[in-house]
Amino acid sequence: KEKERETMFAAENGLKGDPRLEAISAAIRVVPNFPKKGIMFQDITTLLLDHKAFKHTIDIFVDRYKDMQISVVAGVEARGFMFGPSIALAIGAKFVPLRKPGKLPGKVISESYELEYGHDRLEMHVDAVKPLERVIIIDDLVATGGTLSAAISLMESQGAEVVECACVIGLPEVKGQHKLKGKPLYVLVEPSGLDEFC
Amino acid sequence: MSRNKQEEDPRINGIKTKIRVVPDFPKKGIMFQDITTVLLDPKAFKDTIDLFVERYRDKNISVVAGIEARGFLFGPPIALAIGAKFVPLRKPKKLPGETIFEEYELEYGNDRLEMHVGAVEVGDRALVVDDLIATGGTLCAAIKLLERVGAEVVECACVIELPELKGRQRLKGKPLCMLVEYR
Repeated sequence: KEKERETMFAAENGLKGDPRLEAISAAIRVVPNFPKKGIMFQDITTLLLDHKAFKHTIDIFVDRYKDMQISVVAGVEARGFMFGPSIALAIGAKFVPLRKPGKLPGKVISESYELEYGHDRLEMHVDAVKPLERVIIIDDLVATGGTLSAAISLMESQGAEVVECACVIGLPEVKGQHKLKGKPLYVLVEPSGLDEFC
Repeated sequence: MSRNKQEEDPRINGIKTKIRVVPDFPKKGIMFQDITTVLLDPKAFKDTIDLFVERYRDKNISVVAGIEARGFLFGPPIALAIGAKFVPLRKPKKLPGETIFEEYELEYGNDRLEMHVGAVEVGDRALVVDDLIATGGTLCAAIKLLERVGAEVVECACVIELPELKGRQRLKGKPLCMLVEYR
């Protein structure tokens, strides 16, 4: 498990010294005390303003997944929507949005996950993913893995196989929470900032 | 092409057939235009993006602004393909940095659209993207936000238009490009 966590970063998975990773990291803005005091929020909107760095982000994921017979890219609302579709388009996969309750118009399945205080739910259309499909799940950032874990459950409930979860930013496992149901995690960069992360 | 509709392109019909209409969502009487089924068809999704990219790539667009949340599905791929920045226009309190906002009307009450200060600059040429135009209220708020910071809104781009709601007339004179009409 320790070894798995150490190797989730792209730099330890074939991209050591890749200048694109530095450009991506530099383009991410840290906003202190958002959404509350003590949190150093990792703001990817500045990455989206940097066309080159944004393109590098997509290219790295596309290069990794294009020959892995991935038929579904699932993106977690809302920041997963900013990265997932471009990856799906480039690798010829479907894009499936995983949404907050009440947003998807058709018949849905849902999975709950824990927040710091309370719970939330993630929903997916029932007809979106078929059994045996190979899926990657995308979000901008992974912290505790609670949301990704719920996403994995949704996929597995439909008989699909989650090949990997992919995030631009990954928090180091200081908190000791890594609930990804045994699925591999692939992360481009560490967060910037001090102390608490979000 | 006075109505800015891609009338001749054979890809349009392929996209139209993939849109799923869900009756009575979010409430009775509404025929909801579900684009998630377009996203499930790699060819239809690619054709959608390609049609917009072909239209905008030589127009010196420097920013694509996408309206939360379904505008985030189409805006970033377009932005990447044409070399533009992508700017998310979001519901209140989602953006972490300093923001400006514009209010718009809902059926009952108001909502707000927010944008980060500094994302868009004076002289930026902007495209506003959403999945659908209905009354045009949200798009109008987006245009106002962009113009307030000195950008020029070149066009609004939507996959679907509900022409009976006349949203096209509420775009402060800006042109609309849409792919599919629903009557």
